[in-house]
Amino acid sequence: MWETVTGPWPWYVSGPLLGLMVPILLILGNKEFGISSTFRQVCAAVLPARATYFSEYPWRDHLWNLTLALGVILGAALAVLFLGGNRAPQVSPATIDLFATWNVAEPTALQPAEIYGVAHAASARALVSLIAGGFLVGFGTRYANGCTSGHAIMGLSQLKVGSLVATLGFFAGGAIVSNFVMPWVMSL
Amino acid sequence: MSSRTFTTGAFVKYLLAGTYFGIVLVKGEVVSWYRIQEMFHFQSIHMYGIIGLAVLVGALSLLFLKAAHARSIEGIEIAPKGKPFNRVGNPAGGLVFGFGWALTGACPGPLYANLGAGYWPVLIAIASALLGALAYGYLRPRLPH
Repeated sequence: MWETVTGPWPWYVSGPLLGLMVPILLILGNKEFGISSTFRQVCAAVLPARATYFSEYPWRDHLWNLTLALGVILGAALAVLFLGGNRAPQVSPATIDLFATWNVAEPTALQPAEIYGVAHAASARALVSLIAGGFLVGFGTRYANGCTSGHAIMGLSQLKVGSLVATLGFFAGGAIVSNFVMPWVMSL
Repeated sequence: MSSRTFTTGAFVKYLLAGTYFGIVLVKGEVVSWYRIQEMFHFQSIHMYGIIGLAVLVGALSLLFLKAAHARSIEGIEIAPKGKPFNRVGNPAGGLVFGFGWALTGACPGPLYANLGAGYWPVLIAIASALLGALAYGYLRPRLPH
């Protein structure tokens, strides 16, 4: 039984469990599922920013969202420490072949040492991935007014047109970069 | 007024909800760079199945909560408003976020989760994401939405 929990979770188990975030947050306090506005909250809370996007934002009213993010950090740590969370994903053989062309080894853990290993963090390809990628994630989620949680899961659950358009943008942008830009980034 | 409304009880309940979210993100491998590249190359059902079923469960939950006129544990009727449709902001911002999602292999929830999982270089991506949000805040008056 416990092996079922610590073993790999099939997508048809993880998906419904993820979807339960929608009713959980509504029942707990009428909160709409989302997490990327925490970037705005941190900027508003720690920087004396003059932009009205931050200075006129009542970040203290959104402490629940920062607390949710703190919980995510805690939950991820628990998953890795006690629930076998750091196992290598069983990606498809075609993906392993793709990684070989990118000079990325077959998965042996949850994340590739080539990008997320401390020993490789100063490599050009890791720095470009983390710095450029992080910046675009922060900028894009705020411009789109939501991320995979707020638009793709919460927004689509509500059948919102804007969330559908944003989600199509997420996948179009990701497919373009993963197919046409990543081969170059990974060759750095 | 605002800070006083966030009680210890509220802290505990959202911390627990986040903990659950973090466990599912890691155990579902949604945080994995490998899974994200596989998804964007359309080589597995894994991520599409997860997102698709999450939306299905989310939508059915909303229908049920609405039909039952359910209230939150604070006694207030559950009535999520959703996000407005921004004709330029949604597709343009969505595209930019997609670029970053493929580059880092992580969307915002997983950025936090990777920190908890002990993949310390993700701190660089989180710092950069805050800079990206800051840049957006300053450029916002000049961007079409």
